[in-house]
Amino acid sequence: MDLILKIWRQKNKEAKGELKTYEVKGVSPDSSFLEMLDVLNDDLVNKGDEPVAFDHDCREGICGMCSLYINGEAHGPDRAITTCQLHMRKFKDGDTIYIEPWRAAAFPVVKDLVVDRSAFDRIMAAGGFVSVNTSGNTQDANALPIPKDDADKAFDAATCIGCGACVASCKNASAMLFVSAKVSQLALLPQGRVEAERRAIHMVEQMDHEGFGNCTNTGACEVECPKGISLENIARLNREYLSAAIKAE
Amino acid sequence: MSTHEGMTSIVRKFLMALSGFFLLIFLLQHCAINFLSVISPDMFNSVSHFMGTNPLIQFAMQPILAFGVFFHIIMGVILNKMNDAARPIKYAMNKPAENSSWMSRNMVITGIMILLFLGLHFYDFWIPELNVKYIQGDMSGLLDPTFAESGLRYHEELVHKFHNPIRTSIYILAFVFLSLHLLHGFQSAFQSAGFRHSKYTPMIKKLGNLYGIIVPAGFVFIAIYHFING
Repeated sequence: MDLILKIWRQKNKEAKGELKTYEVKGVSPDSSFLEMLDVLNDDLVNKGDEPVAFDHDCREGICGMCSLYINGEAHGPDRAITTCQLHMRKFKDGDTIYIEPWRAAAFPVVKDLVVDRSAFDRIMAAGGFVSVNTSGNTQDANALPIPKDDADKAFDAATCIGCGACVASCKNASAMLFVSAKVSQLALLPQGRVEAERRAIHMVEQMDHEGFGNCTNTGACEVECPKGISLENIARLNREYLSAAIKAE
Repeated sequence: MSTHEGMTSIVRKFLMALSGFFLLIFLLQHCAINFLSVISPDMFNSVSHFMGTNPLIQFAMQPILAFGVFFHIIMGVILNKMNDAARPIKYAMNKPAENSSWMSRNMVITGIMILLFLGLHFYDFWIPELNVKYIQGDMSGLLDPTFAESGLRYHEELVHKFHNPIRTSIYILAFVFLSLHLLHGFQSAFQSAGFRHSKYTPMIKKLGNLYGIIVPAGFVFIAIYHFING
């Protein structure tokens, strides 16, 4: 496959970026999107040009590192995948592909296609945890009976890999799906209830402080989420937050 | 329910939903009363006179409604401004239609169109009503306040407005925008209030679609009916 790539190039955080056009030839339809970018970068390095910076790590869909807004959609034109799971057979020979970084005030571009997603880390640090006794006498989690439905919902929420596709896809750059998944995975379990109120309040405050937008329930996040995190979690976060805020002193 | 930085995003959305619920109820009763003008002019006159002169409705419900409308508009503007700021650099290539409905993405556009319509609607009905009742001091509701047998004026005024084809067309267009606004707004309000359930949410979505089509269609029908029969 021969392709024309329009890629966002930006030297650093302060620099003004622009879309640059590249041609890449002989791409295998069976290669992944990231492998196609590797081919491009090999080409650029061989020519003595600066390779395109992009995030990647596990390349098996679980680390949440690879981002990329491809042809107008987070992780490209496929559902329930990360960019490393996107294959070139989804495109046609001769296609022009736009590759842009996540766009959000809370996710500033570091270089080219790499964005700073540490806002998510700070939201997690604000309350996305359970405080446990690490004395060595930790209670076996299985000692607490948990309804199967709750356990399943908590597990579904916990599959969020924090990639930021929800923010990237949302017209308001809202982080509600991410925060709601992180609140839900703990709020649904008895171990998480102890700090549930404080968690909801602190994580939402931090989310707003980071400059993410307000959720307007378009549902774009749910559609583009590689792990299929449901909007049900956002409704749960709304309930968790509102009841906590009413009770808060 | 606020923080050191002011109201949080969830509270803003919750208040938007609450004002939305209130406006949904108001709209339904407005449509039902207007429908009386089609089935019984006398009943429409009686109900309109009651609504227009009852102190509880005039001095308690009307200010609450005005506040609800005003709050919904102002909060909508604030949310839109904040959301724009959350993405200062837009995508060069974006395909939002792949993951969300036009209605859900354009609530501010449909909202502005409804607001513009409200300007005309107030000019047509509300301002003249305030003028007659509270400036001229005529609380009789009669076509001719000096002649008790002249009958109530409300049906006559309503029908008169829809003689004009341009005005009727503008009203119909506004109801289309109202429908688009409601098709997302109804179910969105439940989600913002935290109400979501595997059994009830599909019903709420269906009910929202019915409401979003039937209520504006009712207003359209009333406008066309009076244009044709007026």
